[in-house]
Amino acid sequence: MSSPLDSESLRAQAGPYFGEFGGRFVPESLVAALDELTSEYALARQDPAFAAELTELHRSYTGRPSIITEVPRFAAHAGGARIILKREDLNHTGSHKINNVLGQALLTKRIGKTRVIAETGAGQHGVATATAAALFGLDCVVYMGEVDTERQALNVARMRLLGAEVVSVTTGSRTLKDAINEAMRDWVTNVETTNYIFGTVAGPHPFPAMVRDFQKIIGEEARQQVLDLTGRLPDAVTACVGGGSNAMGIFHAFLDDPDVALYGYEAGGEGAETLRHAATITKGRPGILHGARSFLLQDEDGQTVESHSISAGLDYPGVGPEHSWLASIGRATYLPVTDAEAMSALRLLSRTEGIIPAIESAHALAGTLDLGKKLGPDATILVNLSGRGDKDMETAGRYFDLLDKGAEQL
Amino acid sequence: MSNSAVTGNPATGNPAARHPAAGGSTVEATIARRRSEGGGALIGYLPVGFPTLSESIDAAVALADNGVDILELGLPYTDPVMDGPVIQAATQRALANGFRLRHGIEAVAAITAQVDVPVLVMTYWNPIVQYGVDRFADDLLAAGGAGLITPDLIPDDSADWVAASERTGLDRVFLAAPSSSDARLKQAVEASRGFVYAVSTMGITGARGDVDSAARILIDRLRAAGSTSACVGLGISTPEQVREILGYADGAIVGSALVKALSDGGVPAVAALARELAAGAREIRPAS
Repeated sequence: MSSPLDSESLRAQAGPYFGEFGGRFVPESLVAALDELTSEYALARQDPAFAAELTELHRSYTGRPSIITEVPRFAAHAGGARIILKREDLNHTGSHKINNVLGQALLTKRIGKTRVIAETGAGQHGVATATAAALFGLDCVVYMGEVDTERQALNVARMRLLGAEVVSVTTGSRTLKDAINEAMRDWVTNVETTNYIFGTVAGPHPFPAMVRDFQKIIGEEARQQVLDLTGRLPDAVTACVGGGSNAMGIFHAFLDDPDVALYGYEAGGEGAETLRHAATITKGRPGILHGARSFLLQDEDGQTVESHSISAGLDYPGVGPEHSWLASIGRATYLPVTDAEAMSALRLLSRTEGIIPAIESAHALAGTLDLGKKLGPDATILVNLSGRGDKDMETAGRYFDLLDKGAEQL
Repeated sequence: MSNSAVTGNPATGNPAARHPAAGGSTVEATIARRRSEGGGALIGYLPVGFPTLSESIDAAVALADNGVDILELGLPYTDPVMDGPVIQAATQRALANGFRLRHGIEAVAAITAQVDVPVLVMTYWNPIVQYGVDRFADDLLAAGGAGLITPDLIPDDSADWVAASERTGLDRVFLAAPSSSDARLKQAVEASRGFVYAVSTMGITGARGDVDSAARILIDRLRAAGSTSACVGLGISTPEQVREILGYADGAIVGSALVKALSDGGVPAVAALARELAAGAREIRPAS
């Protein structure tokens, strides 16, 4: 496992607080489960057998290490900067989500619980959890907002095929935020038998630190891979940010490299200046949602405001507390990318490199196109390609009018 | 303390009268009085703004007029993770009708102007943080409110609220759960003032056929942790359940059943249910 870090290291944050962000704002009923998770996770981290089992799963099941791919034809549209993709889209189940899920599923087994629940937006975390539940023989219930079960219908079918029960959540905004509320209600009720496999670096402690730890393998691999390929560190690392797990996963290894700039791209929806976006750090202010203090889209009274994004996975009015902290100390920069910019980048990567990204990841690509022009042709930018676009073909098909008239529109 | 923004008539008079230094928690005193009379306290929950602001005030007044000893006014919130479908539906409707936090303060003032039972506010924590913890405490006190029940604030993360409630003398009701360790129960007992809210079962709000035997065990454990004021909530809907719980606890909290009555039959229905429930709360044991 990783070597001890001195307390000056930005990588040494273990929660519950990251600066003023984080904490445990939860019903008392959940505290015992969070305490158990915290202590079991601490024991697991010290246990070489746990690490060995996870490493073996990464190798023989997920397909780690994931490769990096340099994309010169795409980079020609970014002012000629050198652009390298970290290919989390090639993982089993199609995104980075499996990294975290396998860790938490192993932890579930270790604690001795037999049922897992999860929330999902785009369905990637739900699919990964259903997959791990199938692999480990656990009962699995996935909560998904009704809006998302419609726009990500294929992932609903995947989860059910894997044996999970998918519950369509019809309360509130009927998206990821409400799926999390419903999963928390389930957990409060069934905590004795059930572990909540949380999908992102948000939520109450220990989730932000634990999920980051399970995702940081992305950056650890990529940092060495870029060094091997180019002989130096990248000038910038970019990722999309919804809750922020893929971004924390790739940022973490670079936090103590002050010359590496970190950029998180939030969902700007129809424009961060409109009311229809999910640009939490750009437009929100600190508040409490889902158990943690972090940036939040909210009204004057602290009521959560509904977010909007073409990408279900980024359509969330909160963000992980470590991102809020990195923004507040200026270590990472967070910028909005609109639906239109993301979709344009999605098509560009598909056409220039033969790689169809998830709409979520396309936000990082769109931001990188801009960043490349700013940094110039000598710069190297590492992009976390967090997921593949198969699940988005219906949305993309409609968006680009590909479904009826076919290839002639291309 | 300020009298900002409160338009209602704080008819309960000098707020300092309820400061611990000047007589202690009225909530605790009310519970103790009911116990000494051979019963226990009946605590009734309704959300502010459902079905309308004025009807919610009328319904709360009707609870007090029909034997409810302590009112628990819920502030509607977009993400109520402790609430089941009945209360969720009511609070979502209140939000859709334009509920604002200041309506909560106005409702407390309007209710305390009409009846003299203690009024606690039940609220998720983010709205209070955004309003300003100190500002909310001042405005609640000025409106005649007794304190806060905080379902998603645990003592560990409550320094701001402890400071504000110490300053104002407002009650702090924290939750205790069957899953809480002995150390955490002790912490809840020591951090709370007014009462400790004992969660009857692992779960969320909503009527249940049986109130879990876990509630009795939890109350025993809270007694061992030093509690002299412990009330049971979650799943209580009938006079029989109230009577059973008050056999061992100091108070019984009814929520979803009252909300459902209000939803189905308006203020008359909620008044009738309160009367029935209150009958269950009296003369359980000989007066002491």
